[in-house]
Amino acid sequence: MTENTNTPEMPKKEIKKKPKKPKIPRQPMPEQDPQVRAHNFKEVPFGYSIETAMLEASRCIMCKKPKCVDGCPVEINIPGFLKAIRDGEFDDAIKILKSDNALPAICGRVCPQEEQCEIKCVVGIKDEPVAIGRLERFIADWEREHREIAIPEIPEWTGRKVAIVGSGPAGLTVAGELAKLGHKVTIYEALHKPGGVLMYGIPEFRLPKAIVEAEVDYVKKLGVEVVYNAIIGKYLTIDELKDEMGFHAIFIGTGAGLPYFMNIPGEDLVGIYSANEYLTRANLMKAYDFPNYDTPIARSKNVAVIGGGNVAMDAARTALRLGAENVYLAYRRSQQEMPARNEEIHHAEQEGIQFNLLTNPIRFDGDDKGFVKSMTCIKMELGEPDASGRRRPVPMEGSEFELAVDTVVVSIGNGANPVLTEATPGLETNKWGNILADDDTCETSIKGVYAGGDIVIGAATVILAMGAGKRAARAMHEQMMSMELEEVMK
Amino acid sequence: MNEILEKRVLSEGVKDIIVSSPVIARKRKAGQFIILRVHERGERIPLTIVGSDPEAGTLRLIFQEVGKSTMQLGELEVGDSILDIAGPLGKPTHIENFGRVLCVGGGIGVAPVLPIAAAMKEAGNEVISIIGARNKELLILEDDMKAVSDRLIVTTDDGSYGKHGFVTDAISMLVEEGLTFEQSVSIGPVIMMKFTSALAKKNNIPMMVSLNSIMVDGTGMCGGCRVSVDGKSEFVCVDGPEFDGWLVDFDQLMKRQAAYLEQERRSSEEYHRCKLDAQVENLEKQS
Ligand SMILES: Cc1cc2nc3c(=O)[nH]c(=O)nc-3n(C[C@H](O)[C@H](O)[C@H](O)COP(=O)(O)OP(=O)(O)OC[C@H]3O[C@@H](n4cnc5c(N)ncnc54)[C@H](O)[C@@H]3O)c2cc1C
Ligand code: SF4
Ligand code: FES
Repeated sequence: MTENTNTPEMPKKEIKKKPKKPKIPRQPMPEQDPQVRAHNFKEVPFGYSIETAMLEASRCIMCKKPKCVDGCPVEINIPGFLKAIRDGEFDDAIKILKSDNALPAICGRVCPQEEQCEIKCVVGIKDEPVAIGRLERFIADWEREHREIAIPEIPEWTGRKVAIVGSGPAGLTVAGELAKLGHKVTIYEALHKPGGVLMYGIPEFRLPKAIVEAEVDYVKKLGVEVVYNAIIGKYLTIDELKDEMGFHAIFIGTGAGLPYFMNIPGEDLVGIYSANEYLTRANLMKAYDFPNYDTPIARSKNVAVIGGGNVAMDAARTALRLGAENVYLAYRRSQQEMPARNEEIHHAEQEGIQFNLLTNPIRFDGDDKGFVKSMTCIKMELGEPDASGRRRPVPMEGSEFELAVDTVVVSIGNGANPVLTEATPGLETNKWGNILADDDTCETSIKGVYAGGDIVIGAATVILAMGAGKRAARAMHEQMMSMELEEVMK
Repeated sequence: MNEILEKRVLSEGVKDIIVSSPVIARKRKAGQFIILRVHERGERIPLTIVGSDPEAGTLRLIFQEVGKSTMQLGELEVGDSILDIAGPLGKPTHIENFGRVLCVGGGIGVAPVLPIAAAMKEAGNEVISIIGARNKELLILEDDMKAVSDRLIVTTDDGSYGKHGFVTDAISMLVEEGLTFEQSVSIGPVIMMKFTSALAKKNNIPMMVSLNSIMVDGTGMCGGCRVSVDGKSEFVCVDGPEFDGWLVDFDQLMKRQAAYLEQERRSSEEYHRCKLDAQVENLEKQS
């Protein structure tokens, strides 16, 4: 209505004349030179400086209905923390961020922002989107380096005990959330170190282990106890945790820990690894520092990595850092279909990984000692779309060729590890062995037992595992609090 | 946790320890193993559980010092603790009253045979055991094996004790005596398991073997332990460690076990050198 009361003097044209802010380009993040970093295990990007971070944050136009938040699986208040960074209110920024995401230093490094929040950012329509991921990383690092990490006040014990199986991002999230609500939480972890894939899978140069340790320390400071070397299903069973040890609720976050192989001739030759083994030796066991650490790993001249996901990129780049002269990446579709993040593909290319696209291995041959010496591949072409909507690769007859290799890393995916599920009667799974759990509450077929992360949805992402952890924590809290202590889990 | 309560030397480089590990002691069954780590930079090494006392909460482990990691384990004394112990891992041995069972152990392999022979005996089987070693000094657990066997045959390669010859010779002898076996188990060096399995197959004796492939996690997560059984790739840590000896590709297993020979040698050499240096330093200090 006010429009109608327009006065003639209203300087309409002034609005157009308002001096336009000079366009600030998306700020690059400085990183190690590709030639240098291909030979060390140090982190690749250096992160933003304070000035660059504030400048980049000022590119955000603080939308009223921020599209970026819709793209974020845990709905971080993105314009909120970006505004605080822009204004130099770093303590506020980290507070806003952490209220939605307990592991920002990790997510800022490994989340596929380009297909979650940044792809939706309106600035990205005409220009490049705001670098939300880099800013998330910046502010989390700033806090770790400049602040005593604040431990929230923990309410009085609710009398409820929670057991969590697996200390990956799913398990850590549930643990943190429930500890903050006053429950007593114990994590059972199969390995001797916490963090799941963050610790044993993702390499140091992409996610420094000190950062993972700091995040786990935070969860421990919330009062969470971690029991290592505890393989549930072998060491203790879900039934024992539930019926004998008095846990009122249980969360299963055991991840996707079963490597697939291709089942082609010669695959058991020496020097052929699953990506899990190769990366576990290198990361968890620190085989790159052999003999200072006792675990060995093959150091080869010619390495072939098979697959096109993040895991394959990590394996290929690790091989390079272990001293390989040639690292080939064999992927059976084209670059367009590669599931790996663009940033990882880009980094791998920069460092000199040789991409053999539309290429599928069909056989390995070995020397008389049983070591792999060559890989025979066939060229593929893209045919009709398959069930996944991607064009199906079909072999081109007569296109076989041989590649001399002395190490091969098979990185074609992971299935559900059956150790826990086989030992848990009544726990329903689908035909691939993934645990069936409610979309909202994450509850399984066993009352009081919840599950989330890769063990439910198959190998996915850190943030989806954390999202499931948050939903599960909410449901577990409600269930435990709605019942009298004696009847919880009955 | 994981404190070493007793320690004995069985033969040159072979040690027998009792370790506190209450949950595993209560849980474990014959044929299962643990994975341990001695120190923060150490490897994960698998060892068969030789026995346990659920009341006392202890495990019995026997190992041969073959590389740096087992040497470091051997240096731990009573009162020291093992950094990490994870288990019990692998599938337990299938134990039932088969009738007459043959148990064959060679070298350090007698240690993992012992709990199986004991369980077979307890299940009511007639247990006939063969244990072998290169020579008298290297023979272990003769008394323990005698206690759980109805009949025990000892062989040494050089004839310094027991019957002169290999365990396979003893198997042939039993077959010639006209004995039949409803089940058998053979554990020892891969080459020994290869020959005993071939012989068992020839004589139509079912034979289980327990494989010790190279492992990392021991939970089926890495696939490093895989072995070919009947043309199919199996993970020793979760599908085994016991498999049908008639069907295992032993030649491939031998090759896979040798994957890190080069590195292992380097690692032990450096370890020896460091220890020598330390000794020299000590001597110099003293003088
Ligand atoms: C090499 C690699 C690179 C990746 N890169 C990215 C990336 O850049 N960005 C991204 O978002 N995602 C990435 N992912 C995927 C991401 O790491 C996973 O989706 C995520 O870690 C899943 O979390 P989780 O908590 O479900 O399971 P996990 O992280 O797998 O953790 C499961 C934990 O449970 C333990 N466990 C298993 N069984 C038992 C048992 N029976 N008893 C006790 N403990 C048990 C395991 O030891 C492990 O510690 C990558 C994965 C890999 C392998
Ligand atoms: S969509 Fe882009 S501009 Fe809008 S709030 Fe999110 S980050 Fe800022
Ligand atoms: S040791 Fe890793 S799967 Fe068996």
